[in-house]
Amino acid sequence: MPEFAVELRNVSKRFPGPSGEIVTAVNNVTLQIRDGEFFSMLGPSGCGKTTSLRMIAGFELPTAGEVFIHDRPMGQTPPYQRPVNTVFQNYALFPHMTIGENVAFGPEMKNVAKADIAPRVRQALEMVRLPGYEKRKPKQMSGGQQQRVALARALVNRPEVLLLDEPLGALDLKLRKEMQLELKTLQREVGITFIYVTHDQEEALTMSDRIAVMSGGVVLQVGHAGDIYERPNCKFVADFIGETNFIEGTVREQQGRAVSVETSGGLLVRAEAEAALTVGQKVFVAIRPEKMQLGPREAANIFLGRVEDVVYIGTDTHYGVRLAGGQRARVREQNTAPGSKPVAQQGDEVTVTFVAAAARVLTE
Amino acid sequence: MKKFFQAFRSKDSQRGLWLISPALLWMIVLLIIPLILVVISSFGLRDPDGNVIYTFSLSNYVRLAGYNPAGFDTLYIEILWRSLGLAFQTTALVILVGYPLAYFVARAPVKRRNLLLFLILVPLWTNFVIRVYAWIMILRTQGVLNGVLGWVLSLAHIPFQPLEMLYTPGAVLVGMVYEFLPFMILPMYTSLEKIEPSLYEAAADLGANALRTFLRVTLPLSLPGMVAGTILVFIPVMGTFIVSDILGGRQVILVGNLIQRQFLDARDPAFGSAASIILMIMTLIVTVFYTRTFGFGEELTSA
Repeated sequence: MPEFAVELRNVSKRFPGPSGEIVTAVNNVTLQIRDGEFFSMLGPSGCGKTTSLRMIAGFELPTAGEVFIHDRPMGQTPPYQRPVNTVFQNYALFPHMTIGENVAFGPEMKNVAKADIAPRVRQALEMVRLPGYEKRKPKQMSGGQQQRVALARALVNRPEVLLLDEPLGALDLKLRKEMQLELKTLQREVGITFIYVTHDQEEALTMSDRIAVMSGGVVLQVGHAGDIYERPNCKFVADFIGETNFIEGTVREQQGRAVSVETSGGLLVRAEAEAALTVGQKVFVAIRPEKMQLGPREAANIFLGRVEDVVYIGTDTHYGVRLAGGQRARVREQNTAPGSKPVAQQGDEVTVTFVAAAARVLTE
Repeated sequence: MKKFFQAFRSKDSQRGLWLISPALLWMIVLLIIPLILVVISSFGLRDPDGNVIYTFSLSNYVRLAGYNPAGFDTLYIEILWRSLGLAFQTTALVILVGYPLAYFVARAPVKRRNLLLFLILVPLWTNFVIRVYAWIMILRTQGVLNGVLGWVLSLAHIPFQPLEMLYTPGAVLVGMVYEFLPFMILPMYTSLEKIEPSLYEAAADLGANALRTFLRVTLPLSLPGMVAGTILVFIPVMGTFIVSDILGGRQVILVGNLIQRQFLDARDPAFGSAASIILMIMTLIVTVFYTRTFGFGEELTSA
């Protein structure tokens, strides 16, 4: 059994743009997607995630590089001969066919024996919790139901890999949350590799075994949700996933992982870096708001500041603090105490503290 | 029908009634009343001056069926049969020629579609009769087509006898197809253009090659356009007389020519009216049968 369900080796895709220029949608991407994992490609629109997915499906052919599915190079193989199926963003159900006919379409095209098709269709619809809906037409169903039909229509073919192109994008928030969990459960049940394209970082963090963060046609970081959130490898990833405070400065000195960064306002921030930096180099120190605290305590970084705004959001209270060096930081305090009151008011002088390990030095 | 009247009772549809009243008036004055007059005169007789004697006689219909004082003659039945056959052939050919073209336009880049549609409509700027006359230049013995054929064959040293193409059923068929092609292309284009491109991708994704995608997805989804186009082509072709008049001469007489001659040359409006009624009934039967089979495609277009 090959280790990777899908492998992209140095894949690039260039399109002629609207005014004749060449647009590089995907630039020399190499990815290895393991068998049976829930893999997400995450990034803002235009980052190349959908184009990458379409190259796996065969709707686009790479300009350079090669796509492998279970070690087989795909080359010019047309979509209808690839062992993958796609769930489209707009579902793309055939409006002139019933739900049963839609789901049966794939097996029919694969020349599955007639007698076997009906039970497979029934089983697929049961799997997506729509038993007995065979006779309905797509337009008689809600968006969420159509989404499930699209899933059943893809999974009934027992593909080696299932490709999902922002499949929950058109659903409302509550339904989307439900479907996220359902998709994750379904994936574990069927054991098929899912490749999931989304621009929603929360969605990716919730469902994925591993995530590839993409921007500008390039894969910036691949890792578990925790890796990407706790140890982003560049400013873009730290900024795109969750909320981050960036403190700009120059490297004063580095000893192993420990780095001191001096800001323009004269603050000295103690942080950690994985890469070797040069003294005087321009860097960003990234700290998550929940890793900063208000009030004095022992920490490598202790700064004075003034509270500019207080936002109470139930589970947490967010404080906007102007540090003595001029930088703004958002600090998140959890409201764990019963009847908890804000620890500071607008205009209060406060102390902001964080440990060096929570602060990561990143380059652009 | 009950629903229809119920709709009139609500306030909204009273406003609707106001909106349709100009069209309704137009239809009553220019369609319903004349139609009633035609029905009445079709049961009349011809007086020596060429006027209608209003009475109730079936003699016009009996004459159309082939019985006249001199004996039995299939002339009129042949004309009706020929008209029906030509209308079917025209519609079939228009679909065969128009479908690929409509598909090509619908799948062209958005910017180019308007240009292509424009090019399809450009011939309609020229007068209908002039366009038909142009075919005389092409089809006649000394015409363009024979000229080109003769030149090509002379290159291959094959002796060439100019073909007699004008004033044949084939010439009428070519003229009809040419005249009515845009009326098939436009509704078919509209149907094809509405198909989500992702449906083609979904079909390919599920294992359908180009041919099976066409048969299972494209064709069924474009059927409403084809039905609309067929109605727009078949009905006028059944009744037209100009194309057959110009390209068919005295050789190809259709029911349209028959009616025209009764009113203008033979001065027998009563018999002409009867022929009109028969034409209408034939067209109606075919149209009803056709739409019963294929539907107007409502459940597809409203998707």
